[in-house]
Amino acid sequence: MIFGLEFPPLSHIVDWPVFLFEGTAFGINKVVLVYFAAIILTVLLFVLGNQRKLVPTGAQNLAESSVNFVENGIIMQSMGPRGLKWAPMLTAMFFFIFFNNIFEVIPGVQMPGTARIALPMFLAIFVWFVFNIAGIIEHGPLGYLKHSLIPPGVPVGLLPIIVPIEFVSNFLVRPFSLMVRLFANLLAGHILLVTFTILTAALWTQQWYAAFLPLPLFGVIFFVAFEILVSFLQAYVFTLLTAVYIDMATSHEH
Amino acid sequence: MILAEVTDTGLAALTYGIGALGPGIGIGYLVGQAVQAMARQPEAAGMVRTTMFLGIAFVEALALIGFVVFFLASA
Repeated sequence: MIFGLEFPPLSHIVDWPVFLFEGTAFGINKVVLVYFAAIILTVLLFVLGNQRKLVPTGAQNLAESSVNFVENGIIMQSMGPRGLKWAPMLTAMFFFIFFNNIFEVIPGVQMPGTARIALPMFLAIFVWFVFNIAGIIEHGPLGYLKHSLIPPGVPVGLLPIIVPIEFVSNFLVRPFSLMVRLFANLLAGHILLVTFTILTAALWTQQWYAAFLPLPLFGVIFFVAFEILVSFLQAYVFTLLTAVYIDMATSHEH
Repeated sequence: MILAEVTDTGLAALTYGIGALGPGIGIGYLVGQAVQAMARQPEAAGMVRTTMFLGIAFVEALALIGFVVFFLASA
């Protein structure tokens, strides 16, 4: 006795047809449209919030509360008042990632822009350049290497072990983990949603096991709510870690 | 009669399963300590919550690297 349900292979999940400029490096498929939409939404937030009324209403209110959230919830927690000059970059980064992520649950699109590794890789390389260059500007090149590779209070004999560990941890693992955290969270969420949805659709048959149909249905409803939380949380964690890395590169405590 | 067979996909799935043990224990312990801290001193709940999310992100990254390894190993 065989229970059989037909599923397409897993590689179909990220197999989007290119419908413009096919064959070149600038081919546009559905994921690129999600990138464009996220850029347009972020720019719209900045532009529409730029009115200077004394009593904010409407779009200016929304923009001001968004910037307040980033300033109080991310910058003050990690960098303190001296980090407020990084607020424009961190606000743009947070909202760009958030708008890319939230397209995972918007009906009709349902594809997060960050589920292909190109965008998280680019963001991670960008953050790597930002915190390294900020550290070099603050401490000078040799001073920055000494600041990041040699923790204070370490006996000199242990340095040959500590310095390679600190080098790998500071300059290699940080951007890699930023990239993988964002990418794998979003891709796993997308795979979960697609699996439960296809299972629900495939159970719509005349067989006896169609009685199990409410289970994946409630699963998909719960996971949509969970993915909204994960979209916001991953954008928040990426921006918070960027702020923490910039703070650790430019701090003067030792 | 073959009852079970070790394949690439099977090993990859086992790899991810074992790799999810550590982060599971880690995140559970972390959130438990955060709840205890928030119960001891409710005024510090905001700061504890922020640090908890930061810690969860670090630990979850290891579990997700295992997830990526599953896809690489089953190819």
